[in-house]
Amino acid sequence: MPKENINSGRKPNMALRIIMIVFFSIIGIVLVLPFICNFVSTFKPGNELIRHGLNLEISSENFTLANWKYLFGGTTSYFTWFSNSMLLTVLQVVFTLAISAFVGYGFAMYDFKGKNAIFICVLLIMMVPFEILMLPMYMQIINMKLVNSFAGIILPFVANASSIFFFRQYLLGIPKSIIDAGRVDGASEYGIFFKLILPVMKPSFAAMGILNTMGAWNNFLWPMLVLRDESKFTLPIGLNTLLTPYGNNYDLLIVGSFFSILPIFILFLFFQRYFIEGMTAGAVKG
Amino acid sequence: MIKTLKRFLYNQKIAPYIFILPFVLIFCVFFIYPMIYTIIMSFQKILPGENQFIGFSNYSKLFRDSVFFKAVANSFVYMVLTLVLLIPFPMLFACMINSRTMAAKEFFKSVFFLPALTSVVVAGTIFRLAFSESDSSLMNQFIQMFGFAPIKWLKMRETGFAVLLLLACWRWTGVNMLYFLSGLKNIPEELYESADIDGANSWAKFAKITVPMLKPTIIYVMTISVYAGLAMFTESYMLWGGNNSPQNIGITIVGYLYRQGIEKNNMGYASAVGIVLLALAMVLNLTQLKINGLFKKED
Repeated sequence: MPKENINSGRKPNMALRIIMIVFFSIIGIVLVLPFICNFVSTFKPGNELIRHGLNLEISSENFTLANWKYLFGGTTSYFTWFSNSMLLTVLQVVFTLAISAFVGYGFAMYDFKGKNAIFICVLLIMMVPFEILMLPMYMQIINMKLVNSFAGIILPFVANASSIFFFRQYLLGIPKSIIDAGRVDGASEYGIFFKLILPVMKPSFAAMGILNTMGAWNNFLWPMLVLRDESKFTLPIGLNTLLTPYGNNYDLLIVGSFFSILPIFILFLFFQRYFIEGMTAGAVKG
Repeated sequence: MIKTLKRFLYNQKIAPYIFILPFVLIFCVFFIYPMIYTIIMSFQKILPGENQFIGFSNYSKLFRDSVFFKAVANSFVYMVLTLVLLIPFPMLFACMINSRTMAAKEFFKSVFFLPALTSVVVAGTIFRLAFSESDSSLMNQFIQMFGFAPIKWLKMRETGFAVLLLLACWRWTGVNMLYFLSGLKNIPEELYESADIDGANSWAKFAKITVPMLKPTIIYVMTISVYAGLAMFTESYMLWGGNNSPQNIGITIVGYLYRQGIEKNNMGYASAVGIVLLALAMVLNLTQLKINGLFKKED
């Protein structure tokens, strides 16, 4: 349990505690301010935003629910983008977790020729920023006729290096005796993975699932390269088009931006622990 | 036939290769191949239907390209400043949150993490509008309270950069703080207890125990920040609404790669930009890791 209780012989300094809480509260307010600005502005007409920028002011004269009605009115592509984002996120997370766990198991539980060399390749992917390879990858996707498809977005990242690394790390902590017991019972190598190992991996799936969900929901650059048709756009790409001179639509932009944060925000409220676990997984072992 | 295949696939010696096969396939198709392809393209002029080998021309052109140097300078300055801002402060905040004096720790951890939930599109849009040049934008209202005149934030290099950095700090302070908090958990309490017995003050404990023990976390955060900083693009893309900032004040290496490759369809030249970025990132991080002595002790 919390370490700080071990030697709580000394009483914490109350004055110092208040100063620290005030200090953290001020920073906290600054960090939350952009969200509040965004929320307040959903009740103002879009041309007000273009003229005055984003601020905290709201008066009874310009208060309006029009943006929210517009959002849910069904006259925009917003909920097409929204459901595209949902579908893409679910597909990407399911495939990435399944394949990365499968691969991570191979690295954690077996000794085989070439293992170290191949594992170095996993680390290598983490060491090379994706942006360097985005052009040849994009050409590869064109060659494979996967342009403008969700498969083209998902496939290159389905054996996700950091997820493989995390699953391997997690599985190294599981006793190999489970596997030996499985073999004695006559289970096949794959049977052991699916029937015996997957159930004990549940907590690691939660952490990686959340992390990948956040990544897929917010992903922007790669989907922007792959997708062509407006009907296939995801939320970040769709929202971005609202900023361009052609699509200029601040009424939808500001309320749509705010609404697009909500799904991840709700997940965060319920699964905070896993967000933090998944996020810091890489740093723990240095 | 099928039976032999099945026996082969289920063999205990073969199974591990089946397990890692998906990774190997993806690695070859979407890493090795593009990597080789981009190296080859960097020596070519890519024309529709034919690729012409032009030796080092792309590279020699690159080293005479003033916009490219501007992009390198911007990415480099951005990276250095994110290191300066996003390592010491999150570390300090982590130590404060971790101390016995602090209360409501979980609450503040969550609040600090909130900005990381946003996509770069939403975050960029909010910052772009909050720093709009109008007198009544949030930041201009704020500085006017202190008697300053409103600023056209995104029209000048210095202020534009300040907005980029504030955006980075807003989104990543909480995440880096969490990294340091998880690093702090690994420091044995006994170290502090024996320091207490020796009569060490808080500062001495911080400098002599906390910082050295956090070294692995510092190295980790530094490594990812060097890559993220040098490869930054979408933040600038969102703030300036596309890849065009006035006088290229917000251009980055990847922004230039995107402009040449996607917007101007100049794949050979863009590939050369990518290779220079890769070299830069590798050299910086290997140097950083060597200075930090990561290669010396293998444990």
